[in-house]
Amino acid sequence: MLLGRKGWGSIKVIIFSLSLLPFGLLVNDAINDRLGANPIQTLHFTFGDWALRFLCIGLALTPIKIITGQSWPMRFRRMIGLFVFFYASLHLLIFIVLDLSLSWEAFKDEVPKSPYILMGLLTYALLIPLAVTSTKKMQKRLGRNWLKLHRLIYIAGLTALIHYFWLVKADYTEPLIYAVVISILFAIRIIVHCRKTRKLSLRDLSRVVLSSDKAGISTEHSVVKIPALPNRVHDCSRRTH
Amino acid sequence: MLIKTKANILSSEVTDRVVFESRREFIKVATAFSAGLLLPSLGQTETRKYADVPVGPYSAKLAVTDREDVAGYTNYYEFSTNKQDSTVLAQALKIKPWSVEVVGEVEKPGVYDLEDILKDNPVEERIYRFRCVEAWSMVVPWIGFPLGDMLKRFKPTSKAKFVEFTTLYNPEIMVGQRSGVLDWPYVEGLRIDEAMHPLAIMATGMYGDELPKQNGAPLRLIVPWKYGFKSIKAIVKIRFMENMPETAWHKSGPNEYGFYANVNPEVSHPRWSQRRERVLGSSIFTPKRDTEKFNGYGAEVSGLYSDMDLKRYF
Repeated sequence: MLLGRKGWGSIKVIIFSLSLLPFGLLVNDAINDRLGANPIQTLHFTFGDWALRFLCIGLALTPIKIITGQSWPMRFRRMIGLFVFFYASLHLLIFIVLDLSLSWEAFKDEVPKSPYILMGLLTYALLIPLAVTSTKKMQKRLGRNWLKLHRLIYIAGLTALIHYFWLVKADYTEPLIYAVVISILFAIRIIVHCRKTRKLSLRDLSRVVLSSDKAGISTEHSVVKIPALPNRVHDCSRRTH
Repeated sequence: MLIKTKANILSSEVTDRVVFESRREFIKVATAFSAGLLLPSLGQTETRKYADVPVGPYSAKLAVTDREDVAGYTNYYEFSTNKQDSTVLAQALKIKPWSVEVVGEVEKPGVYDLEDILKDNPVEERIYRFRCVEAWSMVVPWIGFPLGDMLKRFKPTSKAKFVEFTTLYNPEIMVGQRSGVLDWPYVEGLRIDEAMHPLAIMATGMYGDELPKQNGAPLRLIVPWKYGFKSIKAIVKIRFMENMPETAWHKSGPNEYGFYANVNPEVSHPRWSQRRERVLGSSIFTPKRDTEKFNGYGAEVSGLYSDMDLKRYF
């Protein structure tokens, strides 16, 4: 897409405003007393929903690039990721400040007994380092490790799903929808990753075989250095990213 | 900051009798006034069906929850698992005519017309706290009659040790029954001594008027010392049995929902604490209140369970 700096800037503002809209609407509902009979639950659940929705959007950017070849949505990956953190923070804040009324006693009584709350806290804990290292500065400083660290989002996606499944009383429809969406987004990555490694290893393998033949080195040795095809493919099937 | 929740009922929660009655008077006037605004052609001061029903025994002197909250936040999985959607969808239910089938260990089985049941059982008002297993509660002025009085008229035999209740099954209207969220129809049950306890009532109304459809019209059970899911809605069948009936939520999660389901802060749900409850209608900055054993009706009902381990028989 041919857009100047200004163009991208205004698109960023639009996406930022849209991302903030659920928050604005909820605040508006709160002011006008339209949160229903259980306003704390409405706030808590809605923020949780939006954290999960933004997580899905964030996870969709790479597959969009793979499938459509459009890489411009990747420009907003940082912002989307930070909105995951924003809504997850509000979700947690409502729980601690309003639901538990900042009472340590209530926290002690209610949290350890509840596997789904613990899973939610774990999910939030996984998001913290990602939010902290989201700046360009940190990205540069961490170099290759930055990418490795940010793979935590895949784990957070899974723990968020488990958190949702565990809290449901009987109707699993909604968490199932999220599970399907996240599974598809993971599957696209796995397929692409497997294809890439297969192609690479084939090429590498042939190169290794050729060069080792020339140099008179045993093939077996080279294969150990660069894992051969069957191993890699097998590995892929167990990967989650 | 540490905000400690108080152990017992806050004094502010217990309304003085005089204030309470004047408040009810105020509600009556206010309702009549707003009804008058909405329906100016009627020009009547009182249109509610059960406006002048006497207050029955065991009615708690508690400030009632706004009717709007009680009528707009309903767990009615027969229509939807969403508490707001079920309110809307339940309006499709036809509640007239309505009859109740009485079967099992009973001398007078048969199909009873609801009108006839109501003729035999004069209604009264009972203000009870309603505690949901999801850890929220509200205070509702139910209109109903003692369950035991009705059951005795059917003359249960000596073999009747349990009573089973069944909700209407009609997936065409009760659209939630098209999904397998629970094993339909919804079934609940009580031990016969629980059913005969004067606190247990059959409700046909609330807030001085007929029961809204989403709240279980035309006939529902109210067992105030048990979690809300025991208080089965839209009852079409009553069966007297020798053995303990299998109930809907117990079937769905036997380790999570027991047959007894007595409100008990000491026994947590496997996935969440039951120590506290969110009081609907309170400010968002009000801490949850401490849940009371048997929902505050311990003095009346604990004798029913004196020789039982309540952790085992949850």
